[in-house]
This record gives sequence, C-alpha cells and structure tokens, in this order.
Amino acid sequence: MATTVDARGFSCPQPVMMTLQGIKTSGENSLLILVDTETSKENVSRAAVSRGWKVARIEEEGDEFRITITKE
Amino acid sequence: MAGMKNFLSTRGGIIGVGAVIGVLAAVLQKLGNPGNMGVCVACFERDIAGALGLHRAGVVQYIRPEIIGFVLGALAAAFLFREFKPRGGSATLTRFVLGMLAMIGALVFLGCPWRAWLRLAAGDGNAIFGLLGLIAGIWVGTFFLRGGYDLGRSQPTYKGAGLILALIMLGLFALRILHPPLPAEPKSGVLFYSLEGPGSMYAPLIVSLAAGLLIGFLAQRSRFCTMGAFRDLILFKQPHLFFGVASLGVFAFLTNLLLGQFNPGFSGQPVAHTMGVWNFMGMVLAGLAFALAGGCPGRQLFMAGEGDCDAAVFVLGMIVGGGLSHNFGMASSPSGVGPHGIAGVVIGIAACLYIGLTMRKKPV
Repeated sequence: MATTVDARGFSCPQPVMMTLQGIKTSGENSLLILVDTETSKENVSRAAVSRGWKVARIEEEGDEFRITITKE
Repeated sequence: MAGMKNFLSTRGGIIGVGAVIGVLAAVLQKLGNPGNMGVCVACFERDIAGALGLHRAGVVQYIRPEIIGFVLGALAAAFLFREFKPRGGSATLTRFVLGMLAMIGALVFLGCPWRAWLRLAAGDGNAIFGLLGLIAGIWVGTFFLRGGYDLGRSQPTYKGAGLILALIMLGLFALRILHPPLPAEPKSGVLFYSLEGPGSMYAPLIVSLAAGLLIGFLAQRSRFCTMGAFRDLILFKQPHLFFGVASLGVFAFLTNLLLGQFNPGFSGQPVAHTMGVWNFMGMVLAGLAFALAGGCPGRQLFMAGEGDCDAAVFVLGMIVGGGLSHNFGMASSPSGVGPHGIAGVVIGIAACLYIGLTMRKKPV
C-alpha cells in the first residue's frame, strides 16, 4: 500500500507542495495522491514529472482523482 | 481515466492563451478602453464599485462588461468540460480581507498584475517598479507558504451557492442594459457614469463582453494566473504559468507597435504616476495579498466561475476595497499617491503579515 497524500479541498499551491513533500520524505517508490479538481490533477502530474517521477495511473472516482505516481 | 487531454493547459496552450489576451487587450484599448488599460481586473472592479455608488470618484464609474465576461466565460468552460465544482468554506473572512488589501495596494500602483504587464508593453517605465514590487510581494508570500501557511480545505457545497457570483454578474449586466449611459448625464437609473476620465472611456458593450467571455473561457481551461507565474517560479522553479504572462506581455507589445500605442517613457503615461517607491510598495502589498489568497485577481474571477465561493468572496472583497480606497483617499491619481495611500500600504502590509504569520498549521 503506497503512502497516501490527501490534498482534497486544497487549491494551488498546496497540492503540489504536499506532493513534493511526499516525494521528499516518504522514501517509497510509489505515492497515491488524492485531489478533487482537474487543475490540481494537472499541477500534481506536472510537478511529479518535473521531479523525474512518472504518473502511473489516474483513477476518477466521483468528484475525486486518485493519482498514482512512481519513481522512474 | 485521465479523460480528454486539455490542450490549453499544455505549454503551447498557455502561451497561446497569453497571446490572445495580449492582443485583445491592446485592441480593446484601440476600440475605446482607457490608456494601457485594455484589461485591468483591479481597475475594472473599482469602476464597477463606482458605477454602483460604493465610491463617488466621478472619473472611475462604469459597469465593465469584461469582468462580467470573465466570470461567465469561465462558468461556460467549467460546465462544458465538467469542471463546475461548487465549493467553499475555506477561511472566508480572511479571503474577503485579502481582497480588500490587494485592491488597496493595486490602486496605489494604479493597476493589477495584468495592467502592470500591459503598461510595460506600452512603454510605461513606471510599470517596472510595479512588476518588481509584485515579484517582491509574492516572494514574501512564498516564505509563509514554506512555513506552513494555508487557509484550510474547502468543502463541496450546493450548486446554487456556486452560481451566486455568476448571478450577481448577470444582474450587473441587466442593470447595464436597463440603464445605459446617457449623453452628458452622470446618472442613468441607479447607475453612476463618468463624463470624463478613464471611466468615460470604453469599447462598445458587445465587444467588451465578447472579449471578456473569450478570455474567461480560455483562462479557465489554461489556469492562466499572473501571480502563480512568479510564485511557481520561486517556489518550484516551475515556469509553466510564467510562459503565459510572458506571452501576454510580448503579444501586447507587438500589437501596440502595430496600432501605434507604444510610447516609451516615464512621465505623462496614461493613468499612471511617477512615484517609483510607491509604485513598488503598492504592488508589494497586492502581490503578497494575491499570494496569500492563492491567485491573481483574474484567476479569482475564473475560479469563482468554476463554483469556488471562496474566490467569489475575494472578488467581492476587492470591489468593496475599491470603494474604500477612493472614499479614504488611498487610491493614487496621475499626480501621485493619494493623501492616505502610504498609510493604506503600511497598514495593509502589516495586516498581510498578521494573516501570514497566524494562519499556519505548524511552527517554522
């Protein structure tokens, strides 16, 4: 089970900051990030890619997005 | 699944959106909007405050259709692409106050970040001080963000709540139609109109509205933000949004050249003053308030169109702040800062520091 970053309800820049914090501190090769806007989904994906991570999967569940990012 | 790829949020997309805004702003000026003010969110919201009688500065009173278009265009895009998400309840009062403070700062400089770029693109050297102040204010804001500042989560809310600012905008448009400007009359029905000054200068109603709708639609899709442009550069070294505003500046400059609207210099620039320190400090206040609120004044309008009630509250704070700025003599004029503009900036920055220092989850 990957570490989960719950950024639902936050608007930018918080979801990106929380994602980068997760990348820095979790020590794992996979993170699950929860967001609830299209904008946050794009921003988090862009930030992960810019840190050399890969967006492995994006699942849409109701009004939420579950983004799985993995270390390349 | 990720769904349809949003082209406008790619690098090419946001550069294209910046270009459209830059060209349209210069053209709106050509068609009647005030000098170097083809689009200015702060000035236009202040003009709306004047038209409603929230202040009685006779030269800045007009229901600006561009602002109405921004919100309704963003609403249309949000509905079309299933991004309309009614939400609210994140530090509402704080956002209202930040909106007021941002407006006080912007009116000391005489423009929001959008107009700062447009002024620079038309050769107004004073805009350099404003843009440097904007960057400085955002830079201070990033310290608070790094230190754990955040206004908390929003909650999903009713669809009806998410539509309120759009309905207010429709109401303003109805007033503009019911009470159109009359020749040599300072009042038409309940609305105040300017007979001289920037408030008396405007592009044809339908052109202003159409441009506003188009910009609102495109900016919602691209997430265009003139504050995020610098914040993301400073905080994440992420240049994505910066490409958008840089494109706005470049294309406004080129269009100004073509239309004969480029006049380099410092003195005699339209709706501008030459007090460099206060051009700088006014935008420090505005930039800090935008950074603490999470978006430039345009972005707040677009988010409000998506159903973000917190952004809508910030917008209303700006409109009220515009009224206060003029009533209290804090707004500048081409002759310089107002009698209480400096006090407004000092107290405003102190208020932003208070907000930044006290609203955070963890100690530095």
